[in-house]
Amino acid sequence: MSCIQTIQDYGLRSLGLGERLLPRNDFTLCEQFTLIGSGMIWNIYFGIMALVTGFFLATAMAMGKASANKWLRKPSEWFIFIFRGSPLFIQFFFAYFFFLSLKKSYPMFDALTSAWLGALIVLFLNTAAYTGEIFYGALRSIPKGDIEAADAYGMSGWSRFRRIIWPTMLRLAWPAYTNEAIFLFHATTLVFFSAFPAWQQRGDALYYASYFADKTFNPFIPYPILAFYFILLTLVVVGVFGLINKRLNRHLPAARKAKMRFRLNLAR
Amino acid sequence: MHWSFYLSFLKVLLLLAVTAPVALSFGFVGAMAARSHIPPVSWLGKGYIAIVRGVPDIAFFMFFVIALDQAFEWTRHKILCPDWPDPIRQGNDFIVCQSAKLPLSTAPEFVHETYGFFLAVITFSIVFGAFAANVLFGGMRAVPHAQLETAAAYGLSPSQTFWRILVPQMWVYALPGLSNLWMVLIKATPLLFLLGIEDIVYWARELGGTKTTKFTQYPHGDWRMWYFLALLIFYLGMTRVSEIGLEKLMRRLSHGQATSGGELLRKETTA
Repeated sequence: MSCIQTIQDYGLRSLGLGERLLPRNDFTLCEQFTLIGSGMIWNIYFGIMALVTGFFLATAMAMGKASANKWLRKPSEWFIFIFRGSPLFIQFFFAYFFFLSLKKSYPMFDALTSAWLGALIVLFLNTAAYTGEIFYGALRSIPKGDIEAADAYGMSGWSRFRRIIWPTMLRLAWPAYTNEAIFLFHATTLVFFSAFPAWQQRGDALYYASYFADKTFNPFIPYPILAFYFILLTLVVVGVFGLINKRLNRHLPAARKAKMRFRLNLAR
Repeated sequence: MHWSFYLSFLKVLLLLAVTAPVALSFGFVGAMAARSHIPPVSWLGKGYIAIVRGVPDIAFFMFFVIALDQAFEWTRHKILCPDWPDPIRQGNDFIVCQSAKLPLSTAPEFVHETYGFFLAVITFSIVFGAFAANVLFGGMRAVPHAQLETAAAYGLSPSQTFWRILVPQMWVYALPGLSNLWMVLIKATPLLFLLGIEDIVYWARELGGTKTTKFTQYPHGDWRMWYFLALLIFYLGMTRVSEIGLEKLMRRLSHGQATSGGELLRKETTA
């Protein structure tokens, strides 16, 4: 079977399209590349959706944590502490069994127990908490002069937030936020290894990689392929976030336009 | 039966207690190698640090457990059965001679579990060693260069400078990164489950479920949600305790250091 044929059969396997049965033996390199790549669709889906939705909740949480009002501050602090202080793996398990019992009492919550929605909710809350903490840190390091200048111009409330505080916060938080995005993409590999079932073997990249490793007893081929895909994904994330960073800093004079430091942290 | 569940909490604590120092020493060696002036050694150190970047740590865990096991068995096979005719990899199988199997098939259950745990500890140490190497490398670079120049001016040899000047001072710079790492390590312990260890996640699933592989009696309904809630609270407690402990350690290490934290402590005592 030619490689083009394999790609046609298995390229969208993770979405349930194409060949139904996974290859059972005599795995070719092409099959491994195609299937693991097909699984990456899920990783990208989870990553992007959680990032986009999490961004807004994170902004709200950061504002809440920095608020002087106790009723806004305490809930945000607890939210951030709970999701940052416990392992994502356990959060997945807890959420899955929680959704399962919810489904038993109210059948309308059926979709929550499948990975595409249930796991996405967990990832969304999780990244909102981590990003919220990053944004909170940035919020506290906004130069005092910026806010005083805004006051002097007669800005207040929404317009001050929209024009001064929010852009500055993003600018300061961006390098750390890039890191968080990378780790979020890495965290998406956990979904199908926690309780969420890979229905009809539609799994993510790590799911297929471990499938091959289990079948061939040879971890030296599927995992490097997986690593290759993830390094590629990381480079794309760094590139895209770098472009946004450029735009955020476009008003600064060239000399002060500090190049975003690519010395990335290794851990969340 | 519930004993195994409680025992598995000890397993997690044991893993933390063993992995943390081992990973730190891996990291120390890695950072030293990355700083080396001999290019191949420095590449090796930097490569070790960089390889973990960009790839999910779970992938590393799953990879190393099989890879290490096969590496050990392969080595033993080469030593113990030098005149074995067949190749080790036959299609989809990995076959070594009987006496090279790890653990031996005659070994008691206890040995099997310990071997699995041992593999897990090495795996965790390799991955977190790379993280630690990155942090320590940064810490070593953060020590003001004037300190090292002064040491050279006093006639200290490079190794003396390293051990007496650089190492004692780097900890305060490395500590924020290391404490972050400790938190990440705590939160990575449930991944033991993926490495085939019967840890708290395994037992919470077994004991909380109505139908299990090991028990035929169903004492209760589906309680897995509550078991995992308990685990969630256990981990939150661990994080909180570590936060407080690390804060105290930071205060102690900042004492008398030329950092803003040390400056703050000085002001507090004189005021």
